[in-house]
Amino acid sequence: MNVADRYVADYKSFAGNGAAGAPPWLKQIREGAIARFAELGFPTTKQEEWRFTSVAPIVDTRFSHLASPIPHPGLSEIRSLLIGAGPRVVLVDGRYAPELSSPAGQPGGVQVGSLASAIRNGPSGDLAREHLARHARWRDSAFAALNTAFLADGAFVHVPAGVALEQPLELLFLSSGASGTDGPTVSHPRSLIVIERGAEAAVVETYAGLGDAVYWSNAVTEIVVGEGARAELYRVQREGPRGLQVATTHSRQERDTTLGVHVVTLGAALARHDITSVLAGTGAELILNGLYLLSDAQHADHHTVIDHAQPHCASHEYFNGVLAERAHGVFNGRIIVRPGAQRTDSKQTNNNLLLSTEARADSQPQLEIYADDVKCTHGSTVGPIDQTQLYYLRSRGLSAEAARGILTYGFGAEILDRMRQPAVREELDRLVRERLG
Amino acid sequence: MTGKGKREAGKVLLEIKHLHATVEGTEILKGVDLTVRTGEVHAIMGPNGSGKSTLAQVLAGHPAYTVTGGQVLYEGKDLLAMAPEERAREGVFLAFQYPVAIRGITNAYFLRAAVNAIRKHKGVEELGPVEFMDALEEKLTAIGWDSSYLTRPVNDGFSGGEKKRNEILQLAVLNPKLAILDETDSGLDIDALKTVAQTVDKLRRPDNATVLVTHYYRILTHIEPDVVHVLASGRIVKSGGKDLALELEEKGYDWLRTEAAVA
Repeated sequence: MNVADRYVADYKSFAGNGAAGAPPWLKQIREGAIARFAELGFPTTKQEEWRFTSVAPIVDTRFSHLASPIPHPGLSEIRSLLIGAGPRVVLVDGRYAPELSSPAGQPGGVQVGSLASAIRNGPSGDLAREHLARHARWRDSAFAALNTAFLADGAFVHVPAGVALEQPLELLFLSSGASGTDGPTVSHPRSLIVIERGAEAAVVETYAGLGDAVYWSNAVTEIVVGEGARAELYRVQREGPRGLQVATTHSRQERDTTLGVHVVTLGAALARHDITSVLAGTGAELILNGLYLLSDAQHADHHTVIDHAQPHCASHEYFNGVLAERAHGVFNGRIIVRPGAQRTDSKQTNNNLLLSTEARADSQPQLEIYADDVKCTHGSTVGPIDQTQLYYLRSRGLSAEAARGILTYGFGAEILDRMRQPAVREELDRLVRERLG
Repeated sequence: MTGKGKREAGKVLLEIKHLHATVEGTEILKGVDLTVRTGEVHAIMGPNGSGKSTLAQVLAGHPAYTVTGGQVLYEGKDLLAMAPEERAREGVFLAFQYPVAIRGITNAYFLRAAVNAIRKHKGVEELGPVEFMDALEEKLTAIGWDSSYLTRPVNDGFSGGEKKRNEILQLAVLNPKLAILDETDSGLDIDALKTVAQTVDKLRRPDNATVLVTHYYRILTHIEPDVVHVLASGRIVKSGGKDLALELEEKGYDWLRTEAAVA
């Protein structure tokens, strides 16, 4: 049996047992997704999109699905992974953990809870049916297809029209790293975030490992931002040192929306994050803002696609990487300006700081512009600490070591400064400082 | 304009002897001699490419320049043997001609880190963020800035004039013994020049000294120099009083090139 077939076999037993209670529309999506996964199979480095990232650690290990949930950690054990005291959903190995989560219903009709129960209930079930697996392009990605095939639970956020939230909502996805019957396990975290017309909300997704076991987390997030809404999505990846993570984040913005997607990648031995942002209505603005801090032999690959489907939209993309020891960072930034998407304003930068001679960064912009009245700029850098900056700081009395520390921190701080939620920014600042020593 | 009148000669602060320096293998400084005493303001003028900025950068310790001969004594110590940060801690300050932008680091953070590095060196207690802000207020006002400049990243997105003002803010905050201003006046409008010049002038004390590297006469109408030097082709070819600056303003530099060639 080849590797993909093993997952298909796992799917069959999942669909036979665990899928009970799912509505027909979802069963249909899953069937389509597993069929697509079987067609696609796992990618290889021969494929352009995977040129720099080998998924051999995933393919070569027999990951199984946990048959029964493991005992959950206590709230005190996960406290340090939470950013604020606001409403939260905690999931362990992709399953909702009610005792660690806040009540699903919040003031103003806001919902933050389990995706499985949202699917089962009338109005939220309709919303889920309208959006779930309708945005993330699982037909193009074996990993998103696999996640979708195993879709059973996840986090569900609904912010009704006109509601402005003061506190960020937190979604915490924990991987227990517990062994299944056949060794290490895989889980498929899933988020559906629906922010309706004119609403204002910030959502923090944290992905974290509970131990240092080998595990695989295969996540998909869909966020939909309705007309005139303002939203921020924070995505903090703190997987365990031997964890493997593949993730897809898909955002869709209607007209006159503002969305900030902030990505901080710190963990996992191997991480691949595909972010697709569709500017589907005129006047939409996107800030795609990311930071990866890697050391040891960590590998993190961010593939972003910004799809300017409508005119008068702006996208500003900034990704900074700090790579120490033997770490490898990959950034691929594709910007598509569709025919008719006139007056597009798009800016992309990717700067990589190499702290050792063995660290490596690959940076590739990909601009596909099919409209003529557009402003698109891109730039990328890969290199060690800038000697002129270092000298400037030293000429003010700072030691070479202190100056290097400040310049390295500056790479991260530049990204953190674009975050609008003070509490989240401060917590991430603390994590970044801790990471940089 | 501040007339300092007649006074006793100060102590020798900086002594440059037959200084030679190269950048990327090309000799730029070809035997510079200069003595600066406390309480003095020296103006170093000269045509483009004469080595003015090289001299300033060599004194601050820029790693791209190689000293190939000569000596520089600062308070009697070998300045060239010191790392750039040691020079700064001992009281040498260079206002850069092209200040460097540092993204992600606020001006406030940078200034406090610099002040505290120097305080630590002197064995003085380091300042916390609040104390530091209090101490900064007056200096900020002097250069005509509000505190919004402190939360912006260092020189990032600053106009040319703002960058120069930022150098002067650092000068005021760090309060060095030897201030070297490398074409700080270039690119400033009249008002900005006046503000910058007044700030520099107010920092003059009997125990410090200023070296103004400039291309233009006009800053010297605000900061009166004690000595004016002309640097041409890597050497000081002429020194004199402030009248020399006026003469240069009228006659340009070409007559000195000829003079230097003859010499």
